[in-house]
Amino acid sequence: MGENASCRPSRGSSRGACWSALLLGTAAAVQLAPATLAQGQPQAPAEVEAAAPTAGVQRISIVMARELRERPPPLSLLDFPPQDDGVAGARLATDDNNTTGRFLKQQFALDVVESASVPELIAEVEKRVRAGAGLVVADMSAEALLQLSDALKGRDALVINAGSADDRLREADCRANMVHTAPSRAMLADGLAQYLVWKQWRRWLLVRGTGRDDEAFAEALRRAAKRFGGKIVEERVFKVETGSRRADGGHEQIQQQIPAFTQNVPSYDVLLVADEGEQFGEYFPYRTWDARPVAGTQGLTPMSWHPALEQWGATQFQNRFRRLANRPMRPLDYNVWVAVRSVGEAATRTKSAVPKALIAYIRSPELDLAAFKGRRLSYRGWDGQLRQPILVGTAKLPITVSPQHGFLHQHSELDTLGVDRPESGCKAYEEGNRQ
Amino acid sequence: MGSGRWAVVDQRRGKGAGRAIAYCLLPIAFLLAAPAAAYTVYVTNEKDNTVSVLDSEKLEVVRTVKVGQRPRGVILSKDHKWLLVCASDDNNVQVFDARNMEYVRTLPSGPDPELFVLHPSGNPLYIANEDDNLVTVVDIETGKAVAEIPVGVEPEGMGVSPDGKLLVNTSETTNMAHFIDTATNQIIDNVLVDSRPRVAEFKADGSQVWVSAEIGGTVTVIDPNTRKILGKVEFQIPGVSQDAIQPVGVRISKDGKRAFVALGPANRVAVVDTATFRVERYLLVGQRVWQLAFTPDEKLLFTTNGTSNDVSVIDVERLRVVRSIKVGRYPWGVVVAPF
Repeated sequence: MGENASCRPSRGSSRGACWSALLLGTAAAVQLAPATLAQGQPQAPAEVEAAAPTAGVQRISIVMARELRERPPPLSLLDFPPQDDGVAGARLATDDNNTTGRFLKQQFALDVVESASVPELIAEVEKRVRAGAGLVVADMSAEALLQLSDALKGRDALVINAGSADDRLREADCRANMVHTAPSRAMLADGLAQYLVWKQWRRWLLVRGTGRDDEAFAEALRRAAKRFGGKIVEERVFKVETGSRRADGGHEQIQQQIPAFTQNVPSYDVLLVADEGEQFGEYFPYRTWDARPVAGTQGLTPMSWHPALEQWGATQFQNRFRRLANRPMRPLDYNVWVAVRSVGEAATRTKSAVPKALIAYIRSPELDLAAFKGRRLSYRGWDGQLRQPILVGTAKLPITVSPQHGFLHQHSELDTLGVDRPESGCKAYEEGNRQ
Repeated sequence: MGSGRWAVVDQRRGKGAGRAIAYCLLPIAFLLAAPAAAYTVYVTNEKDNTVSVLDSEKLEVVRTVKVGQRPRGVILSKDHKWLLVCASDDNNVQVFDARNMEYVRTLPSGPDPELFVLHPSGNPLYIANEDDNLVTVVDIETGKAVAEIPVGVEPEGMGVSPDGKLLVNTSETTNMAHFIDTATNQIIDNVLVDSRPRVAEFKADGSQVWVSAEIGGTVTVIDPNTRKILGKVEFQIPGVSQDAIQPVGVRISKDGKRAFVALGPANRVAVVDTATFRVERYLLVGQRVWQLAFTPDEKLLFTTNGTSNDVSVIDVERLRVVRSIKVGRYPWGVVVAPF
């Protein structure tokens, strides 16, 4: 309607609408990038720059680095991650940034780099950083993130960790050039624990797997119990017998095994399960010896995003995502969306495309990100962790949002989740901030 | 007011002729019985798919009317004949006879309409389509969409200047107030405001437009002619965390001296001196207060309190909350008719 008329060049006031036409082209180009890269032909950043030679336009290139990891298959067919997990969030945020950018002559490009080889991935990212792309959103393991961070040391570059909950990245191994949109395990455990304590379900039976990540989440739960007045009445280790994840029939033995495993424990309110690899936790709901709810990595779960959240204007956000990706939004998509939107917000507010300026704004307390959680989000000054509410829900619906009412804090109630300033063991970050 | 006035509790859309005849008599009965300065207040209940109709003198709900799905924005036509309701999940605007709440017709709105504003001449209607980054312009006489204006991400707040020349739309994720020339339906300027702008409200003399930012926690006052920011209203309430102060609805008195700002989960309405942009007072109302409406004589201000399912009534002269009235679930929009 009236779109042709709006692009008449004779009228000064028609600029806004002309921009939209121009940007439709850009968005399409951006969406092609991941496909090209998947075929092993990394796009040279210089080519991206040359693609749209429009005068007076600021171009902001955001790199998304994905480490392709082998993961054992989850127990449920419903839990296989989609191939574009996270990337779809980056695409939506890039579209959102560009819609805003058209009013400010700013164009955002997304450059997705993915590899199973960490050295190769880091080399590709470095190449782009050398060419001027200073903002790297990463979905990588903790170990790989540390290598990436060290490779980019001394450059005007920021790694935004969207995929790893590992607390050591925020603590002893924190890096001055890294912030985190993914909530840490401590934040997740605290979010869950606050709700259980609010419910007065304070006595917990902890069942953990044998993996290192399982132990890390179990540790986060122990810490949360101490902070908020929960009591772990007993801990049990569940050993997964390796083999086929499905046998024809299967349920008969599990139905015997889980009740036996949860017998003879001190009285408890909730069974907490620490199974990050999704190898056994789903066996526990409805099978425990005593009729008890299950929470933790399965059952009632803490998370950064729920695909059915509709509060705080999230409905439109969920709709937008579904139209783009043809599936519900997952926590990783959200973490990446927040990362890419942080860059967009910094560009809008600073009116700059220079990585150094954008990075400074992202880390500053001025950042005031609206991200469909009913609160302004910003990055903590002591470890770079995004301050955010934690959703607690079942597979179908959010049950609650933490921080819970009554958990107070002298600065921000959001800082009752995770590691607070006085407890922080992050040294490198403080030094980095002093620069 | 005659007790037979609101005899029918639920009125579904598209009823037969029999009921319409019965209603023809009602305005007459109303005129005879009505004391001066009793107004009709309409509140949309987002969760219930209803409109609560209140009497501003009795201060009670006199009727609850079934409307379309997820009703949010609500306004009256210029002649006050029609009540227009954004039925967000039905993707349309429903028109009711404001006197008897008979369903009249449906207007196209574009997807997910949330808030809208009428041109001061009475036509057209400007609708924010939150899902589509568009403002849709609808001729309410012909019922046709006449233009679509691309704006920022999640358009929401809509304000039109008293002379009708300028339309202001806010986009929640782009964080801008878009200034649109109503003659050409083109954006002429964009003003960056704080996070998640929700409502744009013009002063009656057209000299200022006030834009609330829900997550930013501020109200930005803009000169619509120069698009320069004149000032920012900031809020601080002892004992209430800054995070909970989330300005949404804004109403400015006709004399331009006082602005009332609904502060969402802070459960308060701020009374702002428009000369200094300072808050004079905070009035404690129901929970998650979002939208506001004056009675035509500006003696009362009604607030919709989303999570406590009620409206608070503020005595504007004394700056006191005089009553809270239970309505449906998640009350969202409110408008008052001069009858």
